[in-house]
Amino acid sequence: MSIWLLALFLALGSFGAGLLGALTGLGGGLVVVPMMTLLFHVDLRYAIGASLVSVIATSSGAAAAYVREGYTNVRAGIFLEVATTVGALTGAALAGFIPTSALAVLFGVVLLYSAYRSLSAPEHHPIDLPSDPLAVRLRLNSTYPTAEGVRAYSVQGVKGGFSLMFVAGVLSALLGIGSGVVKVLAMDHTMKLPFKVSTTTSNFMIGVTAAASAGVYLHRGYIEPVLAFPVMLGVLTGALLGARILAGAKTVWLRRVFTAVVAVLALEMLYKGLRGGL
Amino acid sequence: MTAPEGNPSDPAVRNSRDEQIELVIGRLLQVGVLAAAIVVVVGGIMLLAQYGHLPANFRNFRSEDAALRSVAGVVRAALTGDSRAIVQLGLVLLIATPVARVALTLGAFVIQRDRLYILTTSIVLALLLYGLIWGRA
Repeated sequence: MSIWLLALFLALGSFGAGLLGALTGLGGGLVVVPMMTLLFHVDLRYAIGASLVSVIATSSGAAAAYVREGYTNVRAGIFLEVATTVGALTGAALAGFIPTSALAVLFGVVLLYSAYRSLSAPEHHPIDLPSDPLAVRLRLNSTYPTAEGVRAYSVQGVKGGFSLMFVAGVLSALLGIGSGVVKVLAMDHTMKLPFKVSTTTSNFMIGVTAAASAGVYLHRGYIEPVLAFPVMLGVLTGALLGARILAGAKTVWLRRVFTAVVAVLALEMLYKGLRGGL
Repeated sequence: MTAPEGNPSDPAVRNSRDEQIELVIGRLLQVGVLAAAIVVVVGGIMLLAQYGHLPANFRNFRSEDAALRSVAGVVRAALTGDSRAIVQLGLVLLIATPVARVALTLGAFVIQRDRLYILTTSIVLALLLYGLIWGRA
C-alpha cells in the first residue's frame, strides 16, 4: 500500500471514529489504536502516538464549547490533573517495559469495560449530601446550570477520586486513549459530581493528561508525522461534526452500534494479545 | 474554617471571576487547535506530494529521526521547509495547547491571589513541561 492510500484510509477510519465517539460520548481515541494495529498493521507504538495526538485535538476542540456553558468545574479539573499527569508520566515510564501482548490484553479489558459502562444508564445520586471536608478545603464545591436555574452541588470522596484519576492517567499513557470512562467514573461515581459536570470536566482534563505522555513519546519517536496527520485531522473533523449534529440526533441506536464495534475490537485485542500476534 | 466575605470561596464572587477565566481558556483552546490543524494540513499536503507514491510500511517500529524528536529539533527542521517536520511542528503546537491552557489558568489564579491553586496549577505545569522539554518520565 502506498503512503497516499494509507493516509486516505486512516483519515476515513479516524473520521468515523471521531464522529461516533462524539455522538456516543465514548470518545474517538478508544478505537483509533485497535483500528490502526488490527486493520492497518501499524506498530502499537506509532498507533499510540497518533491516537494521543488526536485525543488532544478533540478534547481541546470540544472543551472550548463546554467551558463556556458553565458546566466545567475548573478547580476540580486542575486539582485532579495533578493525579492524571503524574499517572501519565508513570504510564509513559512503564510503557517501555511492558510487552506488547500484555498491552493488547489490557486494551481489550479497558474496551470491554467501556462498552459495558456505555450501555448501563448513568446512576442518579443526590448532589447535596454533606460535603467531604477535603472538598471544602480545596473549594471544589460549586454550582451548575439546570433547567430550574443554577444549582449548588457538594463533592464527596476526594481521596478515592484522586486515586482513580492516577489510574486514568496511567491507562491514558499506556494505551494512547483519553481514559474518559475512568475519569467520569471517578467524578460521577466516587466524587458524586452531577453527571454533566463529570463528563465536561473529564473532557477538559483529557487534553492535559494526553499532553503529558505525548511530550514524552515525542522524544521516544512514537509520533510519526505520516501516520499522525491523517489520524489527527480525521478524528478532529469527525468529532466536530459529531458535536454539531448531536443536538438533534437519536443516539440510542448509534450508541448500541458503536458499543458493538468496541466489543468486537476488545475481543480481537484480547485474542491477539493472548496469542501474541500483535 | 469559615471564609470571610468577598473571599473567592463565596460562590457568587467565584462564579463571576471563574466565568471570565473560562471564556479566555475556551478561546485559547480553539485558537491553538485551529493553528495546529492549519500547519498540519499544509505540511500534510506537501508530505503527500513528496512521499505519497512510496510504499508505506509501519509494521515495525524504528524510532523517528532524531531531528523530529525534540521541540527545538522540529522547529529547526520545519524552518528548512521539510514537509515531515512541518507536520510535526503542527503536532507539537497541538501538544503545547493544553500546556498553554494550564499556564493561562496559573496566570488567572495569580491575579486572584489564590495560593492553593497557584501551587496546584504550578505542579501540573511543571510536570507537563518536564515531559515535553526533557522527554523523560
